[in-house]
Amino acid sequence: MIKKATITGLLFSSPFLIGFALFTLYPIGASLVYSFTDFNMFKSPTWVGFDNYRWVFQEDEVWKSIRNTLYMVAFATPVSLIVGLLLAQMLNIKVRGQSIYRTLFYIPSIVPAIATSLVWMWVLNPKSGLINTALDYIGIRGPNWLLDPVWTKPALIMMGAWGAGGTMIIFLAALQDVPKSLYESAEIDGAGKIRKFMSITLPTISPIILFQLIMGLITYFQYFAQAFMVASMSNSGSVQTMAGPEKSLLFYAILLYREAFVDFRMGHASAMAWVLFVITSVVTYFIFRTSNRWVTYGGD
Amino acid sequence: MSSATSAFSRRFRTGGQYRRFVSHVLLSAFSLVFVTPILWLLVTSIKSDKDLYAVPPVFFPKNPRWENYADVFKVIDFPGMTWNTFFVSALSVIGVLISAPLVAYACSHIEWRGKNIVFAIVIGTLLLPYQVTMIPTYIIWGKLGLIGTYVPLILPAFLSAGAGYYIFMLRQFFMTLPASLIQAAKIDGASEIRIYIQILLPLSRPIIATVGVLLFLATWSDFLGPLLYLNSEKDYTLSLGLYAFMQTHYIMWEKLMAAAAMFTVPIIILFFFAQKQLIEGIKLTGIKG
Repeated sequence: MIKKATITGLLFSSPFLIGFALFTLYPIGASLVYSFTDFNMFKSPTWVGFDNYRWVFQEDEVWKSIRNTLYMVAFATPVSLIVGLLLAQMLNIKVRGQSIYRTLFYIPSIVPAIATSLVWMWVLNPKSGLINTALDYIGIRGPNWLLDPVWTKPALIMMGAWGAGGTMIIFLAALQDVPKSLYESAEIDGAGKIRKFMSITLPTISPIILFQLIMGLITYFQYFAQAFMVASMSNSGSVQTMAGPEKSLLFYAILLYREAFVDFRMGHASAMAWVLFVITSVVTYFIFRTSNRWVTYGGD
Repeated sequence: MSSATSAFSRRFRTGGQYRRFVSHVLLSAFSLVFVTPILWLLVTSIKSDKDLYAVPPVFFPKNPRWENYADVFKVIDFPGMTWNTFFVSALSVIGVLISAPLVAYACSHIEWRGKNIVFAIVIGTLLLPYQVTMIPTYIIWGKLGLIGTYVPLILPAFLSAGAGYYIFMLRQFFMTLPASLIQAAKIDGASEIRIYIQILLPLSRPIIATVGVLLFLATWSDFLGPLLYLNSEKDYTLSLGLYAFMQTHYIMWEKLMAAAAMFTVPIIILFFFAQKQLIEGIKLTGIKG
């Protein structure tokens, strides 16, 4: 005899559960099967064992894309987090016009990726771009940005930091939840600004930092739209490879997309997706395991 | 600005005023950094090609070339693409707003055996890279002959596919509503569906509006979905249309900028009206990791 509440629960969850079965569970299984086959959409899959995985680990382009992706994960994630926290910290003071500042910081994060890419390709233009012109004023010769393989990724990191408004909003919500009494008693003890930030603010919001860190890592492991647009439009790299100068913008998700939807090697792409899944899971697991050393869950 | 100057004049009297003045200076400087690229987009959109490549660059063109905007309409079907984008976004938002609060409610105020399992599944979907599901999902739609239609972009929303983050937000908000209220209604003999429609949804208007706006912004700007599923130019959304335009006419920067401005300004206006709501909503859910 099934309880009435169970039936109600199932009924309420049923749209989601059907969606989960069709668009998540089935694809997970199918993708695992495809990863062991030679499959191009037009002929039926043939079993090839571990060939696709062997390809993943032997192909130079895959390694190149892994290095590029890890670069973004390692630098863009912390930069976006720090910028988001810095903005939130600045806004967490009662000043007139706070909502205007908040709006101005948040707007870049809602600008569509295509518009962001467009405007930044122009801001970063080596000759008539905004940044190099500004650098000229203070006597620095700016780099070639999207044309120079050394500078393409820092340029994308800058674009990412510019869009840190979403991160900022969540940090701001967290900062406003930190009990004022903690700061007051710390002031009585003579704690300075930095001390208060390090010993009160950071520990109190550490669960949010963990959440944002994991979300950030996931975002950059799957980094696609902006890089894809910049790489296939800047006339430096070839349009076909979508890789930017010297393949400096060949990210894992871009190579995967190319294997699947340009070259129709669904087996290769599926194996790549599974390798990504495993890497993401391992990294997330590792962060959760070590997080109890720095994340404190407060009483509320 | 006047408040800042007066604050400055009194800075020796109160340390608080001085601190506030410094905050304004810092905040203004940072704001400038964040806003300049958008201003650059707007001023570039009214430049002539002579102004465009001027070295040193002109910030504001002497003879604004407003025709760039009119030219966009000659090169691409801007109204058509705007309609397509609106159509896909609006239906996706409606779809998620129908299905996601239901499961969020089941994961908060209904006491049943599967509750924690379903919530764990919701969180699990957040961690799964979309690349894993992308290829088989594409193949399903291919077999059904629906590639090139809007169905793959819209239908999954009605089943909350890929909406894990929003379900999580809704559930966090629902948890803050007093269980006693729902208990009382149950004792009075109200059915779950009645409680859901007559008590829960009215109380949740702020968070539902927040989720709606966030979703609208996300689908309005989506690139990968349209890139995978739309193949005829008349069906393109703005993201995809601009990308195609950019690939074929990358020389016409000023027109691209005009098109990008027309793409971006509506969502900035939407955000402007929704911002208080949106930020309150995010605060209310108090996303705790």
